[in-house]
Amino acid sequence: MAAAARFTVVGGGLAGLMTTIKLAEAGHHVDVLSIVPVKRSHSVCAQGGINGAVNTKGEGDHPDIHVKDTLRGGDFLAEQTSVKGMCYAAPGIIYMLDRMGVTFNRTSEGLLDFRRFGGTLHHRTAFAGATTGQQLLYALDEQVRRYEAEGKVTKYEYWEWLGTVKDESGRCIGSVALDLRTMEIRTFPAEAVCLATGGPGIVFGRSTNSIINTGTAAGRAYMEGAIYANGEFIQVHPTSIPGEDKLRLMSESVRGEGGRVWVPRKKGDTRNPRDIPESERKYFLEEKYPKYKNLVPRDVATREIFIICRDEGLGIGGKDGVYLDVTHIPAATLDAKIKGVMEIYEKFVGDDPRQTPMVIFPGMHYSMGGLYVNFESDPRTQTPADGSPRNQSTNIPGLYAAGEADYAFHGANRLGANSLLSCIYSGMIGGPAMAAYAKNNAKSAEAQSARYFTDAKKYWEDRFATLKKMAGAENPYQISKELGELMTENCTVVRYNDRLKKSVEKIREMKERWKSCNVLDTGNLANRSLSFTNQLWNMLELGEVIATSALLRDESRGAHYKPDFSLPEPKSKDPREDAGWMELWKKRHEKWAKTTIAKHSVEGPQISYEDIATPVLDPEPRWYA
Amino acid sequence: MDTAQASATTKTVTFRIWRQDGPGGEGHYDEFRLPYTKGANVVSCLMEIQRNPVTVQGKKVAPVVWDAACLEEVCGSCAMNINGRVRMACSALIDKLEQPITLEPMKKFPVVRDLAVDRQRMFEALKKVKAWIPVDGTHNLGPGPRQSPHDQETMYVLSTCITCGSCLEACPQVSIDNAFVGAAAISQARLFNMNPTGKMNAEERTRALMGPGGIQDCGKAQNCVKVCPKEIPLTSSIAVMNREVSKVLIKDIFFKEEERKHAAGPG
Repeated sequence: MAAAARFTVVGGGLAGLMTTIKLAEAGHHVDVLSIVPVKRSHSVCAQGGINGAVNTKGEGDHPDIHVKDTLRGGDFLAEQTSVKGMCYAAPGIIYMLDRMGVTFNRTSEGLLDFRRFGGTLHHRTAFAGATTGQQLLYALDEQVRRYEAEGKVTKYEYWEWLGTVKDESGRCIGSVALDLRTMEIRTFPAEAVCLATGGPGIVFGRSTNSIINTGTAAGRAYMEGAIYANGEFIQVHPTSIPGEDKLRLMSESVRGEGGRVWVPRKKGDTRNPRDIPESERKYFLEEKYPKYKNLVPRDVATREIFIICRDEGLGIGGKDGVYLDVTHIPAATLDAKIKGVMEIYEKFVGDDPRQTPMVIFPGMHYSMGGLYVNFESDPRTQTPADGSPRNQSTNIPGLYAAGEADYAFHGANRLGANSLLSCIYSGMIGGPAMAAYAKNNAKSAEAQSARYFTDAKKYWEDRFATLKKMAGAENPYQISKELGELMTENCTVVRYNDRLKKSVEKIREMKERWKSCNVLDTGNLANRSLSFTNQLWNMLELGEVIATSALLRDESRGAHYKPDFSLPEPKSKDPREDAGWMELWKKRHEKWAKTTIAKHSVEGPQISYEDIATPVLDPEPRWYA
Repeated sequence: MDTAQASATTKTVTFRIWRQDGPGGEGHYDEFRLPYTKGANVVSCLMEIQRNPVTVQGKKVAPVVWDAACLEEVCGSCAMNINGRVRMACSALIDKLEQPITLEPMKKFPVVRDLAVDRQRMFEALKKVKAWIPVDGTHNLGPGPRQSPHDQETMYVLSTCITCGSCLEACPQVSIDNAFVGAAAISQARLFNMNPTGKMNAEERTRALMGPGGIQDCGKAQNCVKVCPKEIPLTSSIAVMNREVSKVLIKDIFFKEEERKHAAGPG
């Protein structure tokens, strides 16, 4: 490897930018490929905050408790080494962001303020109003711009990653990408490539995700042999505003700051919520979970809201929707701490949430699953070994993954405010891992035979020439909409095998229909329909992985809930006191506490399961009552 | 009859959308009519047009090209001229717009295609004013400096700028081919000059606002603050940075005076 090697980072969200900073800081050159200007990446949408056991509130918080909350929150499906590394690094990451100028909220003493979030009993979440993701993204964006001004980073914005360039040994030696404005296709040689391309929200049509989150890069990497893991674990956020074009997130911080979830006790009550007396309101989360109240983990809150509307018919006006109420909190407090989300509600719904309780319903939000990545565990600390080239590496040599695009940190359910953290942490260890990998490589990508690059470029030029000629009857945007409706209906909160089976069949039908797509646009510049048609295939591949993985996992765990395969309720409040139930739990856990591994084949995903090492914490039943 | 009523009775929404195949080319308007849906906004309608790109005249055309990502007014992508006024398309609710709804690209940035424009000049301006904190590194150096909640409140508002370009679009002093950095970058300079660490390089940022394309190009029309979707006090930022520039100028004059005195020797 040359002293200053060239790397490619795909994606300009928190994970991609942190990876970039780490590489540039070590003196390497980074090409950053992003489908939008990096400052517009989906990380901007994160609202509530970033977790770190800084323990400034005298609550005795500690990274070990953060580890435990995270692993329990994910129902013991997360990769334990990386979780421990992340939780221990968290306070340092928050301090680093503070030094970069993030406008975190402050205490009266001028220290960082922390708020409550779901799945923990501690004030552990640092925040900048209710636009924390935006503020964090901007901080990293500014640092990357600084490196860009120094010539250490080259940004390729409005460039879409199409696939890898591999040598004959199967090692990734670069990428092929498409300029979304000129439609030029070119290759990017690299010592190593990191996919920090976010989640697959748009596979679900309407979600809290940005419309750029199609998961196309992860889908393509999977088609090229990268393992996609735990695809069935899809987080549905309890509180979003349903909309025509998207489900707008109402941050968990609304509940962290004291927001209460309720429905009228009387079915179909049409009174103005403010006229409904306290005694006629059902605060169903507080009643069922007196310890965590409204701050149970997201999968739990989502199921309760779903059940109260769909099974008990207590949704507002008999429809899908419950109240999220902050009217008891002084407006000044709301404006100081969660103004960003108050404004979103006001702008898009038209009511002032400071005066009128908000109406919300769960919406698809996040993928815990993603590209399978490795870690090298330091036997002394059970955290990822410093500078190991294995950290964040996929099963394709030279290809790395970070952020929501990887599968590791959240198991079966992610805790709120752990996503910003996992994005930054995965970049912090992913960047050095890529550099270490390149150092150990005898031949640098630049020295590789040019043939691999010309072949790869030709493959994609031919493919796009073929796509451009597609003149069938199917509209790719219409297929995408139907895929989204199918996935939302059958692959979100409650799952049944017969419906999942049908969904997989439907997706296969859509893949057939894709072949008769009409590309809609013959333009030679900024032809978005052309790039979308290519993306859509990758979305269908991911949809198939998600639905198949869900179909085959016959249990309920975290966000994956199958009533037909759930354990009965334990007889005691603490399930560990019910010996009979513990037997059932153990049996189930032994069978299913495994990582779902999906490998691509033309017949459909090949699913297998991998045991999970538990060097950090022994699994136990997960309960919050 | 108000517009909401009109759309409720006719149950359609009509758009007049600027079409342009590439940078610098000729253009024309296409008219689309689509079914009215409650709560719809300009972006949701553009998405509907993608699924059925047929004009009022029944002509099949390419779907409209525009930039969008978050759809909740935080990514800054979808700024465009809607009925002649620059704003974010995602938060432009159909019920509140007069029809036909005219969509045009911003005029202060080169058109990429249709409604999509190239806002690179804004990111270049951020480089010019060095809108960052020059941290020593990403290794753990402990917490940053303490800050009062009051300062945080001021800085937080400044840091919510989404680089959408509305302030440049509305500014009479900005033209497609001049160098004026515009309100957004000036406000970012103020933000970083306020930060306790950023202060150390304040003069460098202030000097970047002096000279061609700098703050003196501001004509004080105050349009920027009126169109900012994040309600950032841009005119205050300009006033603050104007003062900073004046201080540097005075300092320069004073030092030059001193230098002359020193050069003249004692006595």
